[in-house]
Amino acid sequence: MSKIIEISSLQKKYGSKTVLDNISLSFEKGTIVGLLGPNGCGKTSLIKIIAGLINDYRGKVTIDGNIPNEYTKSLISYLPEKTYLSENNKAEYALDFFEDFYADFDRKKAEEMFKQFKLDPQQKIKSMSKGMQEKVQLILVMSRKAKVYLLDEPLGGLDPASRKAMLDIILNNYSEDSLVLLSTHLINDVERIFDRVIMIGESKVLIDDTVDNIRQTTGKSVEGLFEEVFKC
Amino acid sequence: MSSDFSSNIPIYIQIMNDVKLKIVSGEWEAGKRLQSVRELAVEFSVNPNTMQRALSELERDELLYTERTSGRYVSQDQSKILKARDQMAEEYTDNYYNSMLKLGYKKEEIVYVVSNKLDGKREEDKNE
Repeated sequence: MSKIIEISSLQKKYGSKTVLDNISLSFEKGTIVGLLGPNGCGKTSLIKIIAGLINDYRGKVTIDGNIPNEYTKSLISYLPEKTYLSENNKAEYALDFFEDFYADFDRKKAEEMFKQFKLDPQQKIKSMSKGMQEKVQLILVMSRKAKVYLLDEPLGGLDPASRKAMLDIILNNYSEDSLVLLSTHLINDVERIFDRVIMIGESKVLIDDTVDNIRQTTGKSVEGLFEEVFKC
Repeated sequence: MSSDFSSNIPIYIQIMNDVKLKIVSGEWEAGKRLQSVRELAVEFSVNPNTMQRALSELERDELLYTERTSGRYVSQDQSKILKARDQMAEEYTDNYYNSMLKLGYKKEEIVYVVSNKLDGKREEDKNE
């Protein structure tokens, strides 16, 4: 499998606080990778660096051979932790916006998913429940034909049924030559969709292995191992 | 369908067992054409690579086979399916036996419990 993202000796500090310390990782196409760790461990910083939103870091980060720039941004479909949809507009406006903004956006696909999840494009974003808003956002992001999907806590405040729906959206729509990097602290429901998980804690990579390897070698689920690694 | 996955067993092995059960029970008939890997991955809520691995292993066990152009099918070889069924029956029996030993039952007592159960079932059948 070929590498789509390579990171070497990455360091990121906020003032005197180091959040990512000498991190080296690479990511292959055609995989779904879980980025796990407690809150404040640097998951979001790592994702923002790959997305090209944080530039003051040390080390080397390349996406498809390029350091984060306009070109790499066009390859990446990014779902931030906080919604950025304009609340006073209808969901349809967000579809228009994505269609204008991203050449790789497949509007038909997005509209079909709206139907599938019984979302009404004519409804205003602010009148939707949190779960509906998160679904709209994920549908928009997954309807781009991107090389890399960066999903920062897409399962946040969802009930289990909606979580399952979100996972189906992800499984149905990532393409075999793309990478999905998904950060979460809710592991139990999602570990079966990952090829590989990376656990970050105290600014370092603590675990980096495939899900089935972890089960075979430790006799534990990823969630079990997570609880052990991050025991308080 | 959503499956509960035991924590310490690799997911692809659990998927293999789920699919095997569908085949030996006849839910998936001999010669049935399978959905695409991605469709099955969504149905079982697992990563497509995990699904692919499970299906490849079942192909190696000759419970599935691939036609190069048209897709993947359930084996039509009844002897292979029956063999897999016997193996699963043996596993279930072993599991039952070992669980009973853990509960402190002796061999003779296990025989007694099983035959009692069977008598009860026969009664039920009669009354139907």
